[in-house]
Amino acid sequence: MLTFKELKRNLKQDTINLPTIKVALLGDTATQFLAIALKGIAIDKGYNLNLFEADFNQVERLTMDPTSDLFQFNPDYTIIFQSTHKFLDKFGSTKPESRKNIAEERLSFVEMASQKVVGKIICYNYPEIDDTIFGNLANQIEESFIYQIRKLNYGLMQLAQKHQDLYICDLSSIQNKIGRDVMFNASIYTSTEMILSIDSLPIIASRTIDLICASKGNIKKCLILDLDNTLWGGIIGDDGIENIQLGHGLGIGKAFTEFQRWIKKLKERGIILAICSKNTESLAREPFEKHPEMILRLDDIAVFVANWDNKADNIRYIQSVLNIGFDSMVYLDDNPFERNMVRENISGILVPELPPDPADYLEFLYNLNLFETISYSSGDKDRTQQYQLEAQRVFTQKKFTNEADFLQSLGMISIVEGFTKFNTPRVAQLSQRSNQFNLRTIRYTEGDINKLSKDPDYHCFSFTLEDKFGDNGLICIIIMQNKDHNNLFIDTWLMSCRVLKRGMENFTLNTIVEYAKTKGYKKIIGEYLPTVKNLMVADHYPTLGFEPLNENRWVLDVDKYKKRDCYINDI
Amino acid sequence: MDREKIIAKVQEIFKDILDEEEIELKDNTTANDVDNWDSLTHILLVVAIEKAFKIKFTSKEILSWKNVGEMIDSIQAK
Repeated sequence: MLTFKELKRNLKQDTINLPTIKVALLGDTATQFLAIALKGIAIDKGYNLNLFEADFNQVERLTMDPTSDLFQFNPDYTIIFQSTHKFLDKFGSTKPESRKNIAEERLSFVEMASQKVVGKIICYNYPEIDDTIFGNLANQIEESFIYQIRKLNYGLMQLAQKHQDLYICDLSSIQNKIGRDVMFNASIYTSTEMILSIDSLPIIASRTIDLICASKGNIKKCLILDLDNTLWGGIIGDDGIENIQLGHGLGIGKAFTEFQRWIKKLKERGIILAICSKNTESLAREPFEKHPEMILRLDDIAVFVANWDNKADNIRYIQSVLNIGFDSMVYLDDNPFERNMVRENISGILVPELPPDPADYLEFLYNLNLFETISYSSGDKDRTQQYQLEAQRVFTQKKFTNEADFLQSLGMISIVEGFTKFNTPRVAQLSQRSNQFNLRTIRYTEGDINKLSKDPDYHCFSFTLEDKFGDNGLICIIIMQNKDHNNLFIDTWLMSCRVLKRGMENFTLNTIVEYAKTKGYKKIIGEYLPTVKNLMVADHYPTLGFEPLNENRWVLDVDKYKKRDCYINDI
Repeated sequence: MDREKIIAKVQEIFKDILDEEEIELKDNTTANDVDNWDSLTHILLVVAIEKAFKIKFTSKEILSWKNVGEMIDSIQAK
């Protein structure tokens, strides 16, 4: 983690080529240093923050008054940072009999703010201060500060579940991790009104920018793991399956068991796991198959690579199977030499400098908050299985000489639907995650998707894909905008790279042209906005028979359209 | 630690925090004499000096110094 001084230096860099994000920072204490830290971290992550710093203690006025500077600034993100100290002060000046309502009052303010403020809100929650007025009894006294602050933090979580553009930045967890005495410096606060210590600023700013990065689609999707001394203690090739340290019996096995537990939870959340180890493959697989204390099993692993080739080549192979960017991968290895090798040869991949003692792995990784996300859908836990199925398909395809025969043999079925309350989380998530097969890379949140689905000027489609090997779930989205009664504009066309080369493009195009015809439209206009990641679809529209319109746009004549071949059936 | 050594150490901290190579601190140096020494960087200086000398200033001290000399007095008194 960079220090505050280094973040401050970042501000001297030229940011002209970085994408700009408009962020408003509203605080009830002095936030100048936080502003510097936020800008510095953003530059580190490749963004230029256009930061609106509100005058001191104007949070309520700015958010409630639609003519305020805040609304004129029109931020993409508004950070609301109301401090526990000011809240404690308010608590103290409230009549004792009214104190039990103070959390509710603050919550209704946040709720109102989330309805009024445009763009997304990042609300800081409240690191606890125990004023010890009631001692331990505070836990059962509604009028105590501890009771109210915990109620407030819990209430914020509930509010964020309800309001799709409200996100909580968890300052309370940061304080739990680094400690109140590190987070808060009483003498500095007293002399300056600055509530956050210099040392805590980088981590708080980083947690904040993590949220923004995630909502920009900048997330980690895959965790690649070494084996010996990373997932278990000892060397499987030398020590043998009965002597590796794992579980509660042998040596420091407990550390590895708990570490594996954490990795398993990530897999269940939808992070893809891969193994990359210098080992004889049969030996490397043995613990996964037979060791009674292994938490991770072979079916948790999407791609398993164990050989004696160099790790950079093996990671390139894993990338080619999964079809995701290197910058969405994390590699964990206990060996500093291997870490450096991977870091130097594969640009974009994140390789944390694991501490030497495996007992420290977890606390170290907790600090990094590697897997920030702004969406979660219950289908995420099946992701590994889908990548495993993909490996089977690749294997089956080798048996067919003719691609059409292969596609036909899959028995593919697609469900075409609009956006519903059931698929909205997945639609939003796909819009945030897809980088490669994404024509315009417009990111939508659940809130946005909800609005689009109700807007009569927008025509929204979602597609699933199932075949004899299994269900890929919802893998493609098209959003078309009504330009006038003749013209439809493709605002969004994106697809999961899991289902490349199955003829899904033809199927989706057949579907939307058919729809356009029944609605009486004459032309469909498509646009390609290049990013560093979506080169794959640069020729998407011409390949599908669209005619060039101008540099980035193509047009398709609905009436002249000939249905394209495909082997996917609609139900 | 003798006074001269303290001043020399504090001077290095000033150079580092304020990103200025040409700083020469004397007892009567004030914030007006040093580029970039404002109320915000003052806090960074205070925190850096506390860390370097493993001391803690009181909030009263932080607000009371009129010049470098008084700051050094506070460090020396710890």
